[in-house]
Order: sequence, then structure tokens, then C-alpha cells
Amino acid sequence: MAENPQTPIAHPRPLSPHLTIYRWPLTMMTSITHRITGMALTVGALILAWWLVAISNGLDGGYQTFMALAASPMGMLVLFGCTCALAYHFFSGIRHLAWDLGYGFDKKVSERNSVLIFTLSFFSAVVLFAIVWTGHGGYLQ
Amino acid sequence: MKSLQTPLHRVKGLGSSHSGTGHFWRERVSAAALIPLSLWFAYAAIGLAGTTTSAPLQFFAQPVNAFLMASFVIISLYHAAMGVQVVIDDYVHSAGTKIALFLLVRLFVIATGSACLIALLRISVF
Repeated sequence: MAENPQTPIAHPRPLSPHLTIYRWPLTMMTSITHRITGMALTVGALILAWWLVAISNGLDGGYQTFMALAASPMGMLVLFGCTCALAYHFFSGIRHLAWDLGYGFDKKVSERNSVLIFTLSFFSAVVLFAIVWTGHGGYLQ
Repeated sequence: MKSLQTPLHRVKGLGSSHSGTGHFWRERVSAAALIPLSLWFAYAAIGLAGTTTSAPLQFFAQPVNAFLMASFVIISLYHAAMGVQVVIDDYVHSAGTKIALFLLVRLFVIATGSACLIALLRISVF
């Protein structure tokens, strides 16, 4: 008895939630992806601000530079990433709202919805990009 | 067992977070508002992709578009600040660092949001 509680244990026992031990369930993947995409979109708001400021500067006020950068391979990669993140956060967010209302907690249903959310968000991002790539974007001019 | 809370503390109902469920609720309400706004944003962003300067200038000069864009900016940054705060709450355990990060996040969203709103005002007014 009366052991010093500050003394480190020689072989510490694994502590919950056992992140490094068990296979990651799909719902855990969707949960962490929701957070990561949320953080990424927060940083991505800078691109939105940049875009709006460039537009507000009027003719030749940096808008051409923004568009050229956006059309570069690196720019397209970043924008595709943002599109994927927004699509994912959108669909996963709807699921979170459904969870808050008490729907979709069943193990089978939540596993199926996780796959659905990953697939749906990736495909909608691809479709949105395909619209621009095939020249169907820019319809607001 | 009789509760150790004073009646005043209990009636305030704010719990250990000192803010009750307000944060949770505001995050959900802003999320719900962002569902239609994100769809509109996707429509606008794709519609303006690859255009010359005059197209977005004319688009945002229309009050309804400026209003929707301003709503999207304000609500998404409001939602972002609350979301990032939850992440900080979960992973940062030192009170000093936590407060510093909260302030940084607020500074970031206010600065980014102001830049967007001033840009929208310049487009609509001038």
C-alpha cells in the first residue's frame, strides 16, 4: 500500500479509446474526416476572401492573377481539395443533424451511411469539376 | 442524494462549460442554415468559374446575390469559429494556450469575414 501515485508504471496499460490497437471503424473515420474537412474549410475561407477582394478591385485589380493561379495545376488541386472537403462536410453534416434528431444510430445503418457519404461527396466533387472542365461552367455571365 | 448545487446555480443551468447548451445549439442552427446556402454557393462559384472580371462584378452587384454571399460568409465563418473551438477544447488542455487559440480563431474569422464583406460592399456600392 501507500505507493507513490506519481511513480511511472513500468509497462503502462493501454488506455481507452485504444486508437492504436483496434481497427478503425468506419464511423470513426467519418468523424475524424468531418473535423479535418471543417478545419481545412476554415483555412479555405481565405481563398474565398481573396476571390471576393480580387473581384472588388475591378478591372485588372488582381482578378486575372487569381484566375490564372486557380487554373494552374497546383491551384486546381487546391480547389479540388476544397470542393471535396465542402461536399464531404455538407453530406456528413446532414448526417450529424439527423443523429442529433435521433435517427441513424443503428450499427448497420451508420456503417452504410458512412460509405454513402464518402462516395457521394467524392462523386459530387468530381461532377462539379467536370462541369467546369467540359466548359459548362461560367453560365452566369 | 440532495444536490450540492445552490438553487441559483441550478436555475441558471449552465453546467461545467459555463455556457450551457448555447454553443451546441448555435452550431446546429448555423449548420442547418448552411445547407441551402452551400448549394447556392456551389451554383454561384461554378457559374462564375473561368469568367472575366465583369461577370462576377455584375453578379454581386445584384442585391440578392450580395445578400446571399454575405449570409454565406457570415454564417459559415460563425459556424467555423464554433467548430474549431470544439476541436481546441478536445485537444488543448492548458488553459492559457486554449484562451490564446480561441482569440486567434476569433481574430481570423473576423478579419477574413470583414475582408469578404468590405469587398461585397465595394462591389455593390461603387
